Amino acid sequence: MSVDTLPPPMPVEVEKGEEAPFRVLVRAFFRSPAAVTGFVLLTAIIGLALLAPLITPQNPYDLNQLDIMDSRLPPGSQSMTGMTFWLGTDDQGRDMLSGIIYGLRISLGVGVSSALFAALFGASLGLLAAYVGGRTETAIMRIVDLQLSFPSILVALMILAFLGKGILNVVLALVIVEWATYARAARGTALVERRKEYMEAAESLAIPRWRILFVHLLPNCLPPLIVIATVQVARAISLEATLSFLGLGVPITEPSLGLLVANGYQYMLSGMTWISFYPGVALLITVVAINLVGDRLRDVLNPRGRE
Amino acid sequence: MTAAVVRRLLQAVMVMLAMTVIVFIAINVIGDPVDILISPDADQIERARVVQALGLDLPLWQQYLRFLWAALHGDLGESYVYNEPAIRVILERLPATLELAVAAILIAIVVGVPLGLYAGLRPDGILTRVIMTVSILGFSLPTFWVGLVLIMFFGVQLGWLPSGGRGQTAELFGVQWAFLTKDGLAHLILPAVNLALFDACLILRLTRAGVAEVLPLDFVKFARAKGLKETRVIGVHVSKNIMIPVVTIIGLEFGSIVAFSVVTESVFSWPGMGKLIIDSINVLDRPIITAYLMATVAFFVIINLVVDLTYTALDPRVRLQGEGP
Repeated sequence: MSVDTLPPPMPVEVEKGEEAPFRVLVRAFFRSPAAVTGFVLLTAIIGLALLAPLITPQNPYDLNQLDIMDSRLPPGSQSMTGMTFWLGTDDQGRDMLSGIIYGLRISLGVGVSSALFAALFGASLGLLAAYVGGRTETAIMRIVDLQLSFPSILVALMILAFLGKGILNVVLALVIVEWATYARAARGTALVERRKEYMEAAESLAIPRWRILFVHLLPNCLPPLIVIATVQVARAISLEATLSFLGLGVPITEPSLGLLVANGYQYMLSGMTWISFYPGVALLITVVAINLVGDRLRDVLNPRGRE
Repeated sequence: MTAAVVRRLLQAVMVMLAMTVIVFIAINVIGDPVDILISPDADQIERARVVQALGLDLPLWQQYLRFLWAALHGDLGESYVYNEPAIRVILERLPATLELAVAAILIAIVVGVPLGLYAGLRPDGILTRVIMTVSILGFSLPTFWVGLVLIMFFGVQLGWLPSGGRGQTAELFGVQWAFLTKDGLAHLILPAVNLALFDACLILRLTRAGVAEVLPLDFVKFARAKGLKETRVIGVHVSKNIMIPVVTIIGLEFGSIVAFSVVTESVFSWPGMGKLIIDSINVLDRPIITAYLMATVAFFVIINLVVDLTYTALDPRVRLQGEGP
């Protein structure tokens, strides 16, 4: 975008008040059937994850509720006490459906929190780079370029190899893997925004720098960052699952979907496929739902970014 | 040009140095180096002896220089599990990983380019929609789960292909290769397909975008106006022009494929570098971990260097970039 192209005039909605642009976006978002599907699925998944203790037939962490006699039952079988295991049980006699819903909590929690922290950290650095310029900018962007030239799994592997397992370590590794993407996007947007008049106005008012950065510049750079964050949550969930599958991610006491898949892996060759298969399906639905929503958000928020 | 090359070389050296510092700090500051560098079986006297022999009583910066010096001589310690120099253990696994990576790249090209061409030439076809939807799935699906599903269907349910291991190998140039025997080839198919999936989708999308971009251009119209057969227009004139980004991405993705083979190798018990590093992390075989990280980083630095230098040689615009926007 060249500097002299004028931005389109802001629509001034007198009657509907300030909500109007937001409503326009919402209406545009729901015009795509794929996005509606994604949104409904995602809402359902988040609902399941949040309400896990209330709706699952069994608490998979409560050893009193488990019976080793129920282990490795195929989907649809009855337990000793008459409960039905709709998706079968694992080697500990855990109900897979309950295990998956609890696993969703951990997967989503890790994905969302890592994306959030990475966004905060990466976007701050990106804004700083664009706003300050000079050596700071060169240094930050060099590190960004360098990091993006290594595959994400390699960086995560490196960090976890030294830090060891654990939810916090996984989140930390994911933040380190992801921050560079936000930094690059934030800088790109901020470089365009910085030249606009409202920034000039803010600077001429002698407002403190941090305030200009975070109160004036940041909100205007948000739309592309929101789009990236959505897609990055899916990527983080997927990467966490991969790391946990490899035995480097979350500990066995807090199984995410990836770890559930890994636990069932050893039984797969003996034909007990459900232990691995259904957690994988749950993972797949989650990732696809997030991506559908993310795709539509990109179209709605950033019409220029379309393929 | 020379200045650009020298600058780029210096940068690569700096990255490698930075990596040695990071790895050194990770070993010596985060963990207890005595635990990491000495086998857990050693007794107190042995420990004291090794602490002195390894120079762990020296100041940190001197220790770093020693570590760097040894690393430069290819000495990154001896594996606890294999009792061999770590770097040799890794190099022994390299052919298996390379074999898998090359097979995956080939499959990705053979599948991705024709499908991409088709999707680009018939943008509104029903088959195109199917291809594009599948390719989105290919991006979203986690590799390890696809691998499991492949094993489930082709290994367990249908029983067509072996589900793990490398099978029989045969020697060529003093190295064991699986693709030379029928059994080895059967073992190679599933992991290679698994690893290829992501890049097949990537190449497909690139090819499709390239076709869509090139088709309306004048030289295509001219080729058609000359009365050339459609097969020649597409096969020669269009293909040549869309291959540039495709070839670039294949070069860049090769490193990624080697990195992601960690996942595929673990799923299919393929005895390559990736499976080795995961096994070593699980048994805390630190010398192997260190050696693997250093070797992979060196590998990536070299790939990036070669790509950058090729670009600098081929495209003068790149030389001007990097001097700021």
